[in-house]
Amino acid sequence: MRLELHKVSVRNVSWGDETKVEKGTLFVNREEMLSVAMKDNRFARAELEFARPGESVRIIPVKDVIEPRCKLSGPGEVFPGFVGGMQTVGEGATLVLDGAAVVTCGPIVAFQEGLIDMSGPAADYSPFSQTNNVVLVVEPVEGLDQHSYEAALREAGFRLGWYLADKGRGSKADEVKVYEMGGPVEESARYPHLPKIAYLCMSITQGLLHDTFLYGADMKHLVPTLIHPNEKMDGAMVSGNCVSACDKNTTWHHLNDPIVEELYSRHGKDLVFLGVIPTLEDTRLAGKERTSWFNANLARMLGADGVVVSEEGYGNPDTDLCMNAAKCEKLGIRTVVISDEAAGTDGKSQGLADAAPEITAFVSAGNVNEMIELPAMDRILGYDSSISNLSGGAGESLRKDGSMFVELQAIIGSTNELGFSRIGARWI
Amino acid sequence: MTRRVVCYINQFFAGMGGEEQAHVPPSARPEAVGPAMQIQSLLGEEAVVVGTVICGDSYYGEHLEEARAECVRLIGEFKPDLLVAGPAFNAGRYGVACGDICSAVTGTLRIPSITGMYKENPGVELYSPKTFIVKTSDSARGMKDALGAISALAVKILKGTPLGAAEDEGYFPRGIRKNFFHETNGAKRAVDMLLRKLAGEPFSTEYEMPVFRRIPPAEPVKDLKNATIALVSSGGIVPRGNPDHIRVSSAESYGVYDISRLDDLTPENFESIHGGYDRVWANEDPDRVLPLDIMREMEREGVFGKLYDHVFTTTGTGTAVAHAERFGQEIGERLKKDGVDAVILTST
Repeated sequence: MRLELHKVSVRNVSWGDETKVEKGTLFVNREEMLSVAMKDNRFARAELEFARPGESVRIIPVKDVIEPRCKLSGPGEVFPGFVGGMQTVGEGATLVLDGAAVVTCGPIVAFQEGLIDMSGPAADYSPFSQTNNVVLVVEPVEGLDQHSYEAALREAGFRLGWYLADKGRGSKADEVKVYEMGGPVEESARYPHLPKIAYLCMSITQGLLHDTFLYGADMKHLVPTLIHPNEKMDGAMVSGNCVSACDKNTTWHHLNDPIVEELYSRHGKDLVFLGVIPTLEDTRLAGKERTSWFNANLARMLGADGVVVSEEGYGNPDTDLCMNAAKCEKLGIRTVVISDEAAGTDGKSQGLADAAPEITAFVSAGNVNEMIELPAMDRILGYDSSISNLSGGAGESLRKDGSMFVELQAIIGSTNELGFSRIGARWI
Repeated sequence: MTRRVVCYINQFFAGMGGEEQAHVPPSARPEAVGPAMQIQSLLGEEAVVVGTVICGDSYYGEHLEEARAECVRLIGEFKPDLLVAGPAFNAGRYGVACGDICSAVTGTLRIPSITGMYKENPGVELYSPKTFIVKTSDSARGMKDALGAISALAVKILKGTPLGAAEDEGYFPRGIRKNFFHETNGAKRAVDMLLRKLAGEPFSTEYEMPVFRRIPPAEPVKDLKNATIALVSSGGIVPRGNPDHIRVSSAESYGVYDISRLDDLTPENFESIHGGYDRVWANEDPDRVLPLDIMREMEREGVFGKLYDHVFTTTGTGTAVAHAERFGQEIGERLKKDGVDAVILTST
């Protein structure tokens, strides 16, 4: 399977008569883009704003971040099941507006949305402080139930992500990156002496604002399955998910999965990359058992020597993490896990809600409870009072002068468990 | 500004004698004595060793309270900014004395303290959470390296230089997790670690699995018909408006609510403030998480004796285990005191 990512570099964003990318600037026709956003009668109002790296801007509460992508050639369209039809993706060519992002924001749905600061100390912790963001701020129609509101906002993000990329078709790519790899049988035969590695992508599948979708299918109703890593780059897996902001996998993270990137780059050199196993985090014990057995068995049937396991969320999913690692290890498949820790604001508590002696290789994505001081920003996109109801915030978090004292977990992507950033908790 | 350092050493390193002098009580000299002289030269112009406090190892061990109080007093009189004790290498009594005086001085005089020990010194396990214990070799043959490492850490602390992880700074971890930025991202570190593990090469996990304390369950309830039963929940069900401001996640508190006049939880009187699950159905009927209605029904039917008058509730998501343990202990004690026979714990 061969996929070319045609990356058009975006270094600035500006309003314009026509939506297009020119010399590194993404111009946006506000009215046109708004009309795309409002193609959903569940929104009463919508507004578009820009947030650029280095600006004194805070976006809150953020639900999802989407990188603009669209297919240039090959079967299907990006975000299959939402934007694209029901066809597998991951082949041909895909246009990427590299450095741009759509950020969806609106009145709080539940308690687990987060914030992005475009400058200041929080900017060191989120990849979205470095992207040129087109921020959609919506208000749902009165009386809209929460499940529908979440769905509406989720779908609007994909629609706008595709819209921006679609308008950039005329731009010449600054970089074309090729991802080419066969299936597990073929690649294992090609490199018989290299260790065979599968990637287990744990995804939160626990209900409202805690769902992940695979080809439009709500993953909580699925059993684990296998996809080619290229499929992820075309948006086969998307977030419907606003768990604690720090360790949710936004749609942007799925598209730019650092584990896929790392395994791909070493495929044929240090290892054989067998594929991605999108897997779920069930809330029920029977579901956790079923899922973890399926995962281990799938890895075994693929001939995996080792598995990289990434977690999404913390607490309850720590049990899934432990079960996945333990069952793989019992079958003789070696594991490494990537997880963050909830070690308390003082860092003195044990960081996991469950433990398994089989987890001997643990990569820490940081302590979510560590406190951070956030100065006031000149401009707020969204509603900063919602910090009192966000995970990582509290009633007293927002001060009169607009500054905040919050846990790291309020910042989107700060302890991402795909291992996107360089952060990690260590002993002092 | 020149910072003031006081050193603590035992009778041996003060040149007073070996075991036969281990009984000497605490004393102070307004100068650098023994290893402190070397520390002074390593500190250079950053700090001056203004005094040395000396105590016999046996004296400290056998008169712990008095020795500690007297040494803290003597050290305090020098008005130091930092205490350096030892290093004690693998000497057990000396290690305990160094750890104890460091911990006491940091605790009472509110100044940082540093000592040095070999990993097997019993003082490491006892005092590493309370002071900086620099890793040393097992004997005084490693004095030069030990004093170098101690002085380097002392200078950093006195100048307020941000410290790296314990491993990088060369001291035994104090049981605290802190975020740092590594050279490479987590994904690369993970793949590197997995390949090393597969190749049978050494690798260092970034977090050792915690060991959970296993609490044996209480005896079964013998006489259910006369038992008092309590409801306790981590499902975040609280009176509407969350009067105690329990956090939606990472809770550091729990609430206690009188339900003696209630038969049913409704959206009008209770709600879920839990940040970790879909609350739509819990808010439609909070009994789904905290089943007061069924408990009242069974109470009336005489299935059990009495429902305890209060419910205890918190949000169990991202809650640090240390807090959860404290909640459990406090709630358990109160229930026991009030004669509750059994508890139904509901979680989400």
